[in-house]
Amino acid sequence: MRTSPFLVQPTPLQIVMLKVAGALLPGIALYAWTFGIGVLVQIALASVTALAVEAGCLKLRGRPLQPFLSDGSALVTAWLLALAVPPLAPWWMVVLATAVAIGLAKHLYGGLGQNTFNPAMVGFAVLIVSFPAQMSRWAAPLGLGMAELGGLAQLGWIFTGQLPAGLAFDAIASATPLDTVRTALGQGQPLAQILAAPIFGDVGGTGSEWIVLGWLVGGVFLWQQKLIPWQLPVGYLGALALTASAFHLADPAHYAGPGFHLATGAAMLGAFFIVTDPVTAPTTPWGRLLYAALAGVLTYLIRVFGSYPDGVAFAVLIMNIATPLIDQLTQPAVFGRKRGKAA
Amino acid sequence: MSRLHAFHGGIHPPEHKAESNGARIVQVPLPPQLVVALNQHIGHGAKPVVAAGDRVAKGQMIGRAEGRVSAAVHAPTSGRVLAVEPRVVAHPSGLAELCVVIEPDGEERWIERQRFDWRNADGPAVLDHLRDLGVVGLGGAVFPSHLKLAGARTLDTLVINGAECEPYITCDDRLMRERADEIGAGIAIVRQLMNARQVKVGIEDNKPEAIEAMRLACGGQDIEVVVVPTLYPSGGAKQLTRLLTGREVPAGVRATDLGVQCFNVGTVQALYRALEHGEPLLSRIVTLTGAVARPGNVEALLGTPLSHLMAFAGVAADVTGHVYGGPMMGFVLPSLEAGLTKSGNCIIARNAELFPPAPPEMPCIRCGTCAEACPAELQPMDLYWFARARQFGRAQERHLFDCIECGACAYVCPSNIRLVDYFRYAKSEIWAAEKSRDAATLARRRHEARQARQERDKRERAERLAARTTPRPAPPPLPEQVTPQEAPAAPAAPTDDDKQARIAAAMARAAARRAGQAGKGEGGDGA
Repeated sequence: MRTSPFLVQPTPLQIVMLKVAGALLPGIALYAWTFGIGVLVQIALASVTALAVEAGCLKLRGRPLQPFLSDGSALVTAWLLALAVPPLAPWWMVVLATAVAIGLAKHLYGGLGQNTFNPAMVGFAVLIVSFPAQMSRWAAPLGLGMAELGGLAQLGWIFTGQLPAGLAFDAIASATPLDTVRTALGQGQPLAQILAAPIFGDVGGTGSEWIVLGWLVGGVFLWQQKLIPWQLPVGYLGALALTASAFHLADPAHYAGPGFHLATGAAMLGAFFIVTDPVTAPTTPWGRLLYAALAGVLTYLIRVFGSYPDGVAFAVLIMNIATPLIDQLTQPAVFGRKRGKAA
Repeated sequence: MSRLHAFHGGIHPPEHKAESNGARIVQVPLPPQLVVALNQHIGHGAKPVVAAGDRVAKGQMIGRAEGRVSAAVHAPTSGRVLAVEPRVVAHPSGLAELCVVIEPDGEERWIERQRFDWRNADGPAVLDHLRDLGVVGLGGAVFPSHLKLAGARTLDTLVINGAECEPYITCDDRLMRERADEIGAGIAIVRQLMNARQVKVGIEDNKPEAIEAMRLACGGQDIEVVVVPTLYPSGGAKQLTRLLTGREVPAGVRATDLGVQCFNVGTVQALYRALEHGEPLLSRIVTLTGAVARPGNVEALLGTPLSHLMAFAGVAADVTGHVYGGPMMGFVLPSLEAGLTKSGNCIIARNAELFPPAPPEMPCIRCGTCAEACPAELQPMDLYWFARARQFGRAQERHLFDCIECGACAYVCPSNIRLVDYFRYAKSEIWAAEKSRDAATLARRRHEARQARQERDKRERAERLAARTTPRPAPPPLPEQVTPQEAPAAPAAPTDDDKQARIAAAMARAAARRAGQAGKGEGGDGA
């Protein structure tokens, strides 16, 4: 180093990314416990694809491989994407989505730190727009389906599309809690009756509400490690809960309460791992709060009134567009230049 | 116990103070030669008033202050002037600047010191006296002290900076432990000169002995010694002022105008020596540390070659270079042949173990850790983008020039981006652009003035020609007496006045700009 400062704090990017991946582990473990090993297969597929596409793009762009392959950012994108696709989706879906996320959403924009949109959410959006049927076929939580797939059978289904003889996919599949509520409401059933079905647990979906707790634990760890600012998860979950409460109070027979919305779908995962992507979120304290809150409201609107299984991805992508403007409008006052302060 | 007003951000780098703060300050033996730079402060360099071959006495002025923002320079010991010539100075550029080279005679023969009755002298006389004794800020910014003392009819709070927040540096710590009484006497002087309502001495809590010594020395007086938490850069003048008074001094504003002013403990001690003993600033305490055999603090004459100091401390074999100042804001010395200057609070011998090479720079992921660490409450990641994109206007709008270059952002950056380098680059590009714009404006004005002159001459020649062709009643004046410049004296006069006025205005602007820049420099005292 030729110029000051001559000291640097040893917390490289790699450690940051490793901690983010580590924070996902409790949720992933609960996920595999509840739905079987399908999710682990998806994670493995996404990870391999991400590293391969990352390496290919770096080579094409003439960038050094080692520092960028080992920074861990591609892996975090891959893991988030793998957690967003149905655990029993065919193998090529997560591979395609990861390739789009890394190749298109990340490297076409200039690589790490340059992307306008959250890469994982771009990959997810491509899948949900192109393959809506496959993307809504979720496996039933273990113990709730008419039939169950063992680990090997799950592998077989993901890679070859073959189920054990005499078993139809519908027997092991189930609509997600969010989908179930929307469909049943459309058929005119009262909400209280819908939520009494076995697929619903105490607050969210049976089994999946525990996974949500796993994301929460990981998220709090990230906040405690000062890797995510509180404004993003608090703004997001707060706005989602407030919007849900408002609708619920206005018409409790039609709109589920805030607890249901926090504990279902990708709300909790999104709040701590997707909304918090630093590259695509604003950087000012008020900007972060505003961004996250608007994403929370949009999530609610899309998941309740839209036709997609959940609203997190599109809410985040729409807010990504607004990030530069929000940053511009929420610049904090600089030292010595605050209005209304003695000085 | 007054309330602390915590500033935003700050970092906790490893302190490395224990290596050098244990032993008493020792005197360095006279070196064979002193290389005294004539520009050791912010502002104009002093003008040499001695020549090669002159004999000088200890304390004799060898450089006179030039203009308002300047300070005098003195012979640190008695001896003979060998040369007045450009020598390498302690500056990152490694460029040579005018120095007075003195060969000490070992007699330490003092010039006749005159006690100055500052209590009965009027304000300007005291300030001139301090300028002529070369007293400048010793915290590192070397802003001429008389300018900081000027212009205060009353002051709300006088802040005395003993925070010494930068790692490795312990010269203020030792000074407070060993010469607290002189600092106390200096504080009393500054308080009286500035008519300060209250005095607060800020010291970081990692210096308990210094805190004790200062409390003892300030016991009789109404001075509050405030213990502040160890948090870099609490020793920045702006940060310490905020910490102790809650007032924020924006960039480009004189602290005095807001009722506060900040002096480093070393500066206050030098003020005491100057006003009570008539002693000019001839030496300073400097921390010699890092990869050396005998780390510690020495009192060395200004102009002592840095190689002499490092030899005294015993440089280890694996040293790869030397840092002048602290590791957060100092710079790499291009050569150890330079002489010690008034700003030299610390010299650190670097080796690979203490200062490992910087890890490779990765892209910015906008994590905002830098913004959380920035004590100026800037958004360093945005300024970095603007600097990279050469959007200097936007960087300026986002207060690039409020950056104090403390290095906290670069220290915490997980991508190891050398943020401060980008900010220095952007600042120098903006300065260069301003300079060339000023030069262009000047050139355009000159061009316009030349055109006006030429047109006027042409017109006058035509008029003269017309006058000659008409019959004249009186004999014409001799041609030699009517040079083209003199003849049209009357019509030319207003143009000349115009030019004079423009020159005067330009000089006033330049002076204002210099003062503005000097005002900025005022901020950095301490560290």
